[in-house]
Amino acid sequence: MNDDTNKVTQLVEGREITRVHELQYELKIADVMTTDVITISATDSMKQLRELLRSKRISGTPVVKNRKIVGIVSIEDLIKCLANREENASIGEKMTKTVATIYDDEPLVNAVVKLNEYGIGRLPVIERGRSELVGILTKEDIIKGLLKKLEIDYQIREVRPDQEGTLFNNTLDAKMRVQFKYDIPSRDISRAGESASVLKKTLKRLGFHPQIVRRAAIIAYESEINIVLYSHGGQISAQIQPNYIKIKASDTGPGIADVEQAKKPGFSTAPEWVRELGFGAGMGIPNIMKCADKMTLKSEVGIGTVVDTIINVDSGPN
Amino acid sequence: MTLNDVKEILEAEVVAGKDDLMMEIKMGCGCDLMSDVLAFTKAESLLLTGLTNPQVVRTAEMTDVVAICFTRGKKPDEDTVRLAKSRGLPLLITQLPMFESCGRLYKSGLVGCSEYER
Repeated sequence: MNDDTNKVTQLVEGREITRVHELQYELKIADVMTTDVITISATDSMKQLRELLRSKRISGTPVVKNRKIVGIVSIEDLIKCLANREENASIGEKMTKTVATIYDDEPLVNAVVKLNEYGIGRLPVIERGRSELVGILTKEDIIKGLLKKLEIDYQIREVRPDQEGTLFNNTLDAKMRVQFKYDIPSRDISRAGESASVLKKTLKRLGFHPQIVRRAAIIAYESEINIVLYSHGGQISAQIQPNYIKIKASDTGPGIADVEQAKKPGFSTAPEWVRELGFGAGMGIPNIMKCADKMTLKSEVGIGTVVDTIINVDSGPN
Repeated sequence: MTLNDVKEILEAEVVAGKDDLMMEIKMGCGCDLMSDVLAFTKAESLLLTGLTNPQVVRTAEMTDVVAICFTRGKKPDEDTVRLAKSRGLPLLITQLPMFESCGRLYKSGLVGCSEYER
């Protein structure tokens, strides 16, 4: 790594990690937990658990009696039962009775520690005093809560107040790997640029060099325009590391018949309405190639197109 | 050259960013093709264009264009102005046609993107 890369790493670690750590103390469990808890009764059968896990797409659930938690049962317990052909056994027999729980007024950091310590996926949340189950907390809730606080959601709200958070899915881990995902609907030109805009702000905030930020923004924007104008809809995702940025643009068709032609500057199949907007000059793909250190374009007619790009952070302006 | 100089030279009206007129404009780009703006402009440019849709603001945002001037009296729609304001991007409108706008600025010493050297 050269000096610039080191600088970026330091910035990222110095600024962001501390903030994330701080937030773990600032936020309370009640701020980030899911309050709409799916539960099961100890008298239900493991068969019923199977249905519940499947229909709600969850991997475990607290066992509750009179709003108080009496155990927890997970997909692992279910698998064991299935293997032993004990599907008709009651939840009460098969559940784990000593349950790690957390109070709703504890700081988030306590949950992070507990989840890691016990190697578990979820923590039932108990209201202090009444001892009733009021929520559940998973790693996903923690990540979402932190991100929300980090105001990445806020940026979305600014762009699109009525669709806050529904299109956007960011995750962040301790190694500062940021993943970014954005759904791009077809034909809705008024919203083209939203994902690029959020990506740009995120990169800026993370302390990347302005030229790197600009290159990534242009790649994302050109990709977005392509997806909006020419495809049945798709997705932009990005993987952000201190030393590289990977951007993937994929759509669900119709696909490009002649990929080599699409790479040539000036080749365009754009209809008039696209040209009137100032696009469709056949510069999209060539411009993405220009801004990326590496680009691969794969397309199949009837299936879709995938454009993968990499920007090496130490590679400079262009 | 400041944005205020641009305003004077082009006898332009300011529709967004009235407080940013002292910002420095380093170079200019006259273009109606957003694809070309994305491919060829440099950061910190003024964009002169006849297009007024919100994608012009988006394009400016991505390329770090610092201000936009619409030529030949074209008025941007509400969405465009709103987006520009939310991005802190000043918008000007001049009654002059594109060629004359570019000519006046160039004559006053504003260079183009391909000429500008840091």
